[in-house]
Amino acid sequence: MSGLLRRLLVGVPATWLLLFFGLPFAFILKVALSQAVVAQPPFTPLFADGRFQGSLANFALLAEDDLYLDAILASLRLAATATVACLALGYPMAWAIAGTKRRWRAPLLALVALPFVTSFLIRVYAWIGLLRPTGFLSETLQSLGLIDGPLALMPSDVAVALGMTYTYLPFMVLPIYASLEKIDPVLAFAAADLGARPGRVFWSITLPLSLPGVLAGSLFVFVPSVGEFVVPELLGGPGTPMIGKVIWQEFFNNRDWPLASALAVVLLALLAWPIARAQRAETATARGLS
Amino acid sequence: MSLRLLILGLVFAFLYGPILWIVVFSFNEGRLVTLWSGFSTRWYGELLRNQRLMDAAGLSLVIAAISATLATILGSLSGFALARLGRFRGRLLFAGALGAVLTLPEVILGLAQLLAFVALDDLPGWPGRGAATIVAAHATLGMAYVALVVQARLSDFDRSLEEAALDLGATPATVFLTVTLPLILPALGGGWLIAFMLSLDDVVLASFVSGPGATTLPMVVFSSARLGLNPQINALATLMVGIGALAVLSAVWLLGRRQELSR
Repeated sequence: MSGLLRRLLVGVPATWLLLFFGLPFAFILKVALSQAVVAQPPFTPLFADGRFQGSLANFALLAEDDLYLDAILASLRLAATATVACLALGYPMAWAIAGTKRRWRAPLLALVALPFVTSFLIRVYAWIGLLRPTGFLSETLQSLGLIDGPLALMPSDVAVALGMTYTYLPFMVLPIYASLEKIDPVLAFAAADLGARPGRVFWSITLPLSLPGVLAGSLFVFVPSVGEFVVPELLGGPGTPMIGKVIWQEFFNNRDWPLASALAVVLLALLAWPIARAQRAETATARGLS
Repeated sequence: MSLRLLILGLVFAFLYGPILWIVVFSFNEGRLVTLWSGFSTRWYGELLRNQRLMDAAGLSLVIAAISATLATILGSLSGFALARLGRFRGRLLFAGALGAVLTLPEVILGLAQLLAFVALDDLPGWPGRGAATIVAAHATLGMAYVALVVQARLSDFDRSLEEAALDLGATPATVFLTVTLPLILPALGGGWLIAFMLSLDDVVLASFVSGPGATTLPMVVFSSARLGLNPQINALATLMVGIGALAVLSAVWLLGRRQELSR
């Protein structure tokens, strides 16, 4: 390929990424080091009167106030809960699909992914209708006489974990399916010939060989769940201060852009390893499914 | 086999139950979205007369179409570079940035982009915050998905087809147009569709980078959902589910037909 063409091929998208992805992160670091002021834009400049004005005061504030630590811990806890729930539903699902006849597998996988073409927002909205104290589940159970008063399933942490499980379940099923599908069936036949029972075959062959898919799926669910905003905002109460929600509130409600930026930097540092690990899994999954 | 069927049944019930609830109650007569009071299509009528919602829907469709097209161009260039150029300077950084766009929490991405747009506001000729900045944000998100799909498609593609065409005397440009492009066209179409749906669905990036006057459909739906249930939203959701399912089914049908023809 000619030199000019090569340069264009990389240069055009790289310039775009630099402008709309690289540059923004330089600004988030810059604003995190400045202070909030009532002005336009609402933060102090980093250089004024010929010297550096930045400080780590925002980070000190984050360390002092328990609100922020609690939000981080709550986010990690709820994201972990959603990941485990997705695993509990997604692994059996991937296993069930991988075990059907070959011509059924693609349509079944498409059915798993199909909810993605309906808006994410709409799917979370559906859970409000189901879980509210005056919602479908509560009203139905009452009219059946199974419960006496209205059932308040939301706002609650359980509703948030359920909402994230529902939203991200396909992210778990697809990579696990991709790794199950790659396992050579000869291995299971050989084990059975040697006298292993089906349970034994599963535990000592299928499960260990599907662990890369389990790791990939868990990262795909965990990473977006930690920073989730829409689900805790719609299904959680004021008692569910997930970090994505706190960043949003600091930015939109308190107009404290520097503090919101500092929180984003902390969240970024927290997710750096899982994000880097998830990237390797992404390429592998995209290849496995295509 | 019956265990597998049971699992399939339960998980599909979990995945589709809430969507079924939306569809059924969009045809409910009463204002309450929880008790059935009779069949009616009145909420669809009210939806179509809701000017704020219709304006937002129109704006969202325009933003989604433009940003998906930009994302497809930028993403396929990126996918080509990653799959075909081998090692080039900054490759690791380039691939890393694309992957990070996919996995980063939207709240971080939205905040970062807004801060950059605020800084760029002073540049002469910069369009200012609104529909244009939403397009830029959505195109950035979409291009990462397109790059992933195109790269995956190119890496499991038989290069001997291109080599054969070159041996037979075709110019590189002819090879690209008559061999490479038709083979990756499904990936481009699929990538465009993903980018389009992402844009049509995003509330977080749009809320951060938008300015006064540019309100997208998800922003309206989100503020309405915050206030509680609304049968108009059920009607809107049902229309979106219907259109989305139709688009996917026709795409599957088209791709299936292509495969049969090429056999």
